[in-house]
Amino acid sequence: MSLLEVKNLQVRVEDREILHGLSLTVNPGEVHAIMGPNGSGKSTLSHVIAGKPGYEVTGGEILFKGENLLEMAPDERAAKGVFLAFQYPVEIPGVATMNFLRTALNAQRKARGESEYSTPDFLKKVREVAKSLNIPQDMLKRGVNVGFSGGEKKRNEILQMALFEPSLCILDEMDSGLDIDALRIAADGVNALRSPDRAMVVITHYQRLLNYIVPDFVHVMSKGRVVKSGGKELALELEESGYARFEDAA
Amino acid sequence: MNVALAKTDTGSALEAALAAARERLPAGGKVADIRRQALDAYERTGLPHRRIEDWKYTDLRVLMREVLPLAAAPDAAVLKRAEAALKTAAIEGTRRLVLVDGAFAPGLSETNGLEKGVSIRSLREALDGGDGALQAQLFSLDTSNPMVALNSAMLTDGVVIEIADGTVLSRPLHVVHIAAGAAASSMFTRSLLRLGKNASATLVESYVAADGTRTYQAHDSLVIAIGDHSRLDHVRLVEDAADAVNISSSAVTLGAHAHFNIFGMASGAAVSRYQATIAFAGEGSRVETNGVNLLRGRQHADTTLLMDHAVPNCASREVFRAVIDDSAHSVFQGRIIVRPDAQKTDAKMMTRALLLSDDAEADNKPELEIFADDVTCGHGATSGALDESLLFYLRARGLPEKDAQALLIQAFVGEAIESIANDALRDLAEATAGRWLRARA
Amino acid sequence: MPAVQETVDRVRRIDVDQYRYGFETVIESEKAPKGLSEDTVRFISAKKNEPAWMLEWRLEAYRRWLTMTEPTWARVDYPRIDYQDLYYYSAPKPKKQLSSIDEIDPEILKTYEKLGIPLREVAVLEGVVKPQAEGEEAAPARSKIAVDAVFDSVSVATTFKEELKKAGVIFMPISEAIREHPELVQKYLGSVVPTSDNYFATLNSAVFSDGSFVYVPPGVRCPMELSTYFRINERNTGQFERTLIIADKGSYVSYLEGCTAPQRDENQLHAAVVELVAHDDAEIKYSTVQNWYPGNSEGVGGIYNFVTKRGDCRGVNSKISWTQVETGSAITWKYPSCILRGDNSRGEFYSIAISNGYQQVDSGTKMIHLGKNTTSRIISKGIAAGKSQNTYRGLVTAHRKATGARNYTACDSLLIGDKCGAHTVPYVEAKNSSATFEHEATTSKISEDVLFYCIQRGLSQEEAVGLVVNGFVKDVLQQLPMEFAVEAQKLISISLEGSVG
Repeated sequence: MSLLEVKNLQVRVEDREILHGLSLTVNPGEVHAIMGPNGSGKSTLSHVIAGKPGYEVTGGEILFKGENLLEMAPDERAAKGVFLAFQYPVEIPGVATMNFLRTALNAQRKARGESEYSTPDFLKKVREVAKSLNIPQDMLKRGVNVGFSGGEKKRNEILQMALFEPSLCILDEMDSGLDIDALRIAADGVNALRSPDRAMVVITHYQRLLNYIVPDFVHVMSKGRVVKSGGKELALELEESGYARFEDAA
Repeated sequence: MNVALAKTDTGSALEAALAAARERLPAGGKVADIRRQALDAYERTGLPHRRIEDWKYTDLRVLMREVLPLAAAPDAAVLKRAEAALKTAAIEGTRRLVLVDGAFAPGLSETNGLEKGVSIRSLREALDGGDGALQAQLFSLDTSNPMVALNSAMLTDGVVIEIADGTVLSRPLHVVHIAAGAAASSMFTRSLLRLGKNASATLVESYVAADGTRTYQAHDSLVIAIGDHSRLDHVRLVEDAADAVNISSSAVTLGAHAHFNIFGMASGAAVSRYQATIAFAGEGSRVETNGVNLLRGRQHADTTLLMDHAVPNCASREVFRAVIDDSAHSVFQGRIIVRPDAQKTDAKMMTRALLLSDDAEADNKPELEIFADDVTCGHGATSGALDESLLFYLRARGLPEKDAQALLIQAFVGEAIESIANDALRDLAEATAGRWLRARA
Repeated sequence: MPAVQETVDRVRRIDVDQYRYGFETVIESEKAPKGLSEDTVRFISAKKNEPAWMLEWRLEAYRRWLTMTEPTWARVDYPRIDYQDLYYYSAPKPKKQLSSIDEIDPEILKTYEKLGIPLREVAVLEGVVKPQAEGEEAAPARSKIAVDAVFDSVSVATTFKEELKKAGVIFMPISEAIREHPELVQKYLGSVVPTSDNYFATLNSAVFSDGSFVYVPPGVRCPMELSTYFRINERNTGQFERTLIIADKGSYVSYLEGCTAPQRDENQLHAAVVELVAHDDAEIKYSTVQNWYPGNSEGVGGIYNFVTKRGDCRGVNSKISWTQVETGSAITWKYPSCILRGDNSRGEFYSIAISNGYQQVDSGTKMIHLGKNTTSRIISKGIAAGKSQNTYRGLVTAHRKATGARNYTACDSLLIGDKCGAHTVPYVEAKNSSATFEHEATTSKISEDVLFYCIQRGLSQEEAVGLVVNGFVKDVLQQLPMEFAVEAQKLISISLEGSVG
């Protein structure tokens, strides 16, 4: 059984159709890159998979581990193992990162019928993960993402990814706003999380990121559809020729 | 003595009530005159209504309709109920001073083993002492406010706390207002806290009802005088019964280089109003006021503050948060006056309302009245629903909707709660907010 | 910086007490008998040859007024007005029926010339006779402005009438509109500000003598700025003008209003009413530069300005924008407001209120959100100098059904000197959870550091203050039509003359 099956997905925002019948199949252990120009619908896809309000699915379906994902609330999806690393992680003043991490992790575990972490176990786990991602302890005491740099925000997303151990990670424009050093740290964090039972969907505009996170498959999106799929060499091809020639294909 | 003091009341009903109140608070001729004048002042307007600017959003003729009869002096049964209520209302580590149905209850209070420099008396005792200056201070509240006037006319008891120069009181004082009457009634109290120079203290006030208490109205007032180089921390927790009315008035004056930090939280009472005037009388002083309203059902809570900067080089900060669910109504009126000589004043006020329901209402009136030019003053007011993008982020991380809301609400009120200096009291306020949130889920 | 230099030059020519517009025009005038009674109302109505319904409307307002009391909630303090000691009607005595602008009393024309407006409008006034000189079109810097001039109580000249008529725009004195377009006047007059609205509006309804009327038909973008200049000339005269502007579906109009009065020892009363109606997709932009005589440096004399201005965004997607520069009047009591009735409608209020000497200003706005997804924006800049008191008073309210309403308010006050006061009294009322309101206010003085920096670079104290103040009000000035903005900028500097110790 595939991990994620998107079948002929049609999505509207207000009066405009953004996705016009998009299909995508992702199996455990695979890393898929979704590339495309601005406005091709890449981020819409990630939002719809995660269940962000404001999108109307007018056709098609999304199956996750064989279940209808579209019928689930965003938090149920998270508990089932869907993780979206946001392009722009929000700042939540007044909610300490540590408190947030524990609340979220235990909510997910509770929803899965697992026991909640004890405080010492939780702290131990967080410290380990934080250390591996070079995240200082004082960052965990501050409000979620409040006053974080772009790189720190992305590292905080990866920290959560490592902590929650999802089976599907969607990385939405992870490279935006990062300089090359910050990008390398983030990519190392992501690569460390690759495993045979976890799949990743990497959404990006630029090929650059794929030098660090090497995909198994590359899909090119244009005007709300996947117009071409191939291996990692497709990304290099795009780098040379640009998106223009795919736009006609749409 | 069983008459209601509604706006339509005849003078004789009020007279009878005043006579009853006078019996309960014997004091010399001068005090009697003051109370007589206060009653006259009240009678000129009766219960304040929306056409009086200060009461625009809190129309007591609609919300309260009438003033309930004066509560009887507590008998043994009432005191027993009050004692039971103390089991949950008492705060560990504080010195408890209890007022039951408007009367000081020495049996329930801890007045023994007072720290050096601390004097605690009931209002009756204090007035009997015949100290003219003290009497004047006790009646210094402005009776042009009808509810202050009514309180001055009808008050029956209270607590008078005096803390001598140089006294640093580590154990907080806890004044517990307990309603425990078996009949629908009003209680009128007035307390005083005099903090000398180079002193510090923490005062907690809480308002609760004993089990089986009939509907009631708590009319309280408090005079606070803070001496030079002194600090007072003050926490108010309004946890009155769901059908109760709580009208509290306060007048605070600060000497030079003094510090006043107040936190108030209203989660109880059907109708509550906290009206306070905070006046700077000496230079170099600082005030922080923080407030939280947690309202649901048809609750109405009003906070009306006047920050009076009369002298130079003082600072004030006001942070106010309202969380309003169902068809509840939160009012914040904050006025900052900077008088002509009060140069170098630094006054800021921020009020934010979170509306959780389409029937909820938040009214904010943050005023600046500025007569000096070398000042930094500002206010901000916002109102709106919970931020959708924050909610989604939390839900994408696995938090169910109610939990995600609760976390954001807790953070929203957290900024005000954090201002409480005493760890135990801060935990207490957090726990109260937590209880409110859990009841919502 | 030529603008500043020019301002400074101008300031030098004037000493503090020299209100620039404080001259009096000597012309014969025809007045109603002193005092207010039903007879006065009948007299005014008869003078205007009004139809019976109009007289009835006035009388009803008058009777209502008798039952009302003067409001006291504003932060202004003035001696009781004796309403029986005023003239309610004063018209320049016409040599004959006014049929063309050539026939206007040359004295009045001279007045406008002195006001500075006609300095550029004189050519325009002539232009009416030989319609539209080619040269006008060729000069892009000078946009065309149609002017309706109201002298004491009577409209004396309306320019560009013909060209406007071609576009289908009606722009005329309201007294004429009552006779020529009774169906429009009857339909809209009092529909935004009812006769019973408030003490001063009700008084106006009874005794208004003239004002401007504008109707822009569906789909028409008014081809030029419309403008009215109001001037009070007569002694002991109240001026009560009434303006009514209707923008029909999909239309647009920009309207400018300027006001002056001579310098006098006694106080003169001005109680105007302005009503705006914007239908679906229509937009009205209303700009005011108010420079009534503020009184002298001792606080003697000056205009009492009690004005009711209200716009009704009646249609969906409609927009009303108020911009005001208030520098004059002894007392200002004025709250240009928007009723956001139509879904997606928008209201804006941009204000500069400057007070100096003994002036008292209580001004602001009301944004009343009734429709869904309505938005409003308030930017208020108050500057208090001398011994003046300057209050911003505003209301933002969203009713239960006004889902998605949004407001942003910023009110900033600047204090110059320590004898004045700046106050902010906002009322923010949210009655549904999807309404999002943001309000912020600050009060500060001009930074000593900034002043010193400027002075060290060679500016005088006065220039430095002018520079800072112009920076402070920039956001609002930008909302004014170009020509007005220049005028307003000069006015601001002049108004603050003498404020720096």
